[in-house]
Amino acid sequence: MANAEIHAQPYGDPIAPGRKAAGRALIWGATILLGLVALLQALDAAGNGPLHFETWRPTLYAYVLWAVALGAAQVMIRGEAGQRALFVLPAALYTVAVVIFPTFFGLYIAFTDWNLSSFEGRRFNGIDNLVELFHDSFYWKALGNMVFYVAMVLVEYAIAFSLALLLNAEVRARKFWRVAFLIPFMLSPVAVSWMVGKSLMEVRFGPLAGLAKHLGWSQPNFFGSGWAASFSIEALDAWVSIPFIMILLLAGLQALPKEVQEAARVDGATPWQSFWKITFPLMLPVSATAVVLRIIFKLKLADIVINMTYGGPGGATDTVSSYIFRQYRDRSNVGYGTMLAMFYLVLIIIFVTLLLNFVSKHMKKVT
Amino acid sequence: MTTTEMTYQGTAETSAERNKRVLGRVGIYAALIFWAFVSLFPVYWTITTTFKTARDVTQGHIVPFVDFQPAWIGWRSLGLSPDTINQVSTVRDEFLGRFVNSIIASCGASLLAVLLGSLAAYGLSRFQYKFLWMKNKDISFFFLSQLILPPVVLALPFLVLYKELALLDTRIGIILLYTLTVLPIVIWIMRDQFDTIPVELDEAAQVDGLSVWGVFFRIVMPIALPGMVAAFILSLILCWNEYFFAALLTGTNAKTLPVMVASQTGSQGISWWAMAALATSAIAPLVVIGIVLERYIIKGLTAGAGK
Repeated sequence: MANAEIHAQPYGDPIAPGRKAAGRALIWGATILLGLVALLQALDAAGNGPLHFETWRPTLYAYVLWAVALGAAQVMIRGEAGQRALFVLPAALYTVAVVIFPTFFGLYIAFTDWNLSSFEGRRFNGIDNLVELFHDSFYWKALGNMVFYVAMVLVEYAIAFSLALLLNAEVRARKFWRVAFLIPFMLSPVAVSWMVGKSLMEVRFGPLAGLAKHLGWSQPNFFGSGWAASFSIEALDAWVSIPFIMILLLAGLQALPKEVQEAARVDGATPWQSFWKITFPLMLPVSATAVVLRIIFKLKLADIVINMTYGGPGGATDTVSSYIFRQYRDRSNVGYGTMLAMFYLVLIIIFVTLLLNFVSKHMKKVT
Repeated sequence: MTTTEMTYQGTAETSAERNKRVLGRVGIYAALIFWAFVSLFPVYWTITTTFKTARDVTQGHIVPFVDFQPAWIGWRSLGLSPDTINQVSTVRDEFLGRFVNSIIASCGASLLAVLLGSLAAYGLSRFQYKFLWMKNKDISFFFLSQLILPPVVLALPFLVLYKELALLDTRIGIILLYTLTVLPIVIWIMRDQFDTIPVELDEAAQVDGLSVWGVFFRIVMPIALPGMVAAFILSLILCWNEYFFAALLTGTNAKTLPVMVASQTGSQGISWWAMAALATSAIAPLVVIGIVLERYIIKGLTAGAGK
């Protein structure tokens, strides 16, 4: 589209005023069109528009058109700089459309009483949802569970570190072991929930339950009591995600300078000492990246819980995501569910910011 | 290794050293075998269960031909066993529909994410932007910060928006959402990839008369292709296994494989052989990809984290 102009516009040449003006006109035209379509649709939605629309799609198309016009105008007005801007623009406009806009829309929904299964439609109800949230013991329980799940990332990290060390040792058929260890990461958590959680860990016939019986647990009901269920879910999630941490750590181990470890060995350090005094400190930056990433993914945990216990018994295994999923699935409670999600988002942003600050402060101290 | 050098120092030390070394070796291999078993046994269990009758399942039989006589039971219930493959089967039609949905959703989203993400990453790696108060660092952070956004925050607004846009239960709708969930990861991987390609290459090509976009498509992209493949495969894994959005936003038309797996409880309990066959086909494509393209997955995972 704008490609023909690219070659006509060599590096750093002044841009003709007419072309600039055309670019500006293009932006204004597209903006007015977008505004007009949106306004018409809003009027129609309010019940007194001159045109009738079945869906909001015209506004979506107008937005896409506006985005294209904006990109083309960038090249027309700013030439080379505009071409450069064109690299980031699509991703930015896309993100704005599918994240920023829905998030603000969600903020609005969060303050309404909106049940999709009732005929009343949405009704603004101020901070009622927020008040209800503070009295919702299930929600707070779910938040408490999140603390447990996030804390368990450290255990996952410890296991992943041992596995990475194993793979980094001089072993035969290293590629085979690496692929074997990586496989759980590829598996769908839903399939894992069913085939491992519900079949392999089944009380009567599951081999894992059989093993547990053998080890002295007479009634190996992995999902019966609250704590057992939490640990079982955590075990499933850990099984799927440990390879992820492991690969990051393995890459870190392989990038370590060999000389330092060699020097330590010559100085008579035992493997144990050289690990704690040399390898571990050197691995701290990679470890921090891996753990932070893993925590971020952990905060989204939902699919295994939904498929295994559906939050039960008594909300003991609920994550925030699975609880909100239940709010919607069982009660079609969009307004309240969104408020729960928004509150969670605020907590996550605070938590992750603190975490990143903590990590960067300590990384500075170490290095 | 060092131990071999030490053998020259004296026989007294040698045997102790060697014992320790052998013990260490045995320990390492025992640990490797143990974890490989932990990683692979569930996959083995899933695949073998597809060949088990109800009795074999409830008695926890494990080894085929020894414990139980394998039969095509699970695959027959999906209409994919040798004797049913040529017959009409509604279950198979549904399964294939879900399978195709999954392929389209995950491939479409991954392609779109790699396209948008690579462009943005290249721009951020090469040029200095300034948009309002935001410089490159802030723009990168803006993209990466999307990663912490939990799906629940978007799920319900999207439910309402998609209803209004008639995108609920469509493949396009699910592709747009999946793209969003993997875009930050793609940008992260690709920026790292582009940073490793020397800028001098771009400059030389530009002196030769290529435009900015010409440089990207003709010079830089071919070099960064392995990185793009890595980003694509990683996105593919995440999208293929995604359940949360699919469960909320798809119904009869665009339902993906994980949703179908999750909704297999019948009134007479779970037919494990059918469940296992479904689970096997849900994990098989990725297991194959994992084995064949392992180095790309590792490349993708480690980009940016190694520093």
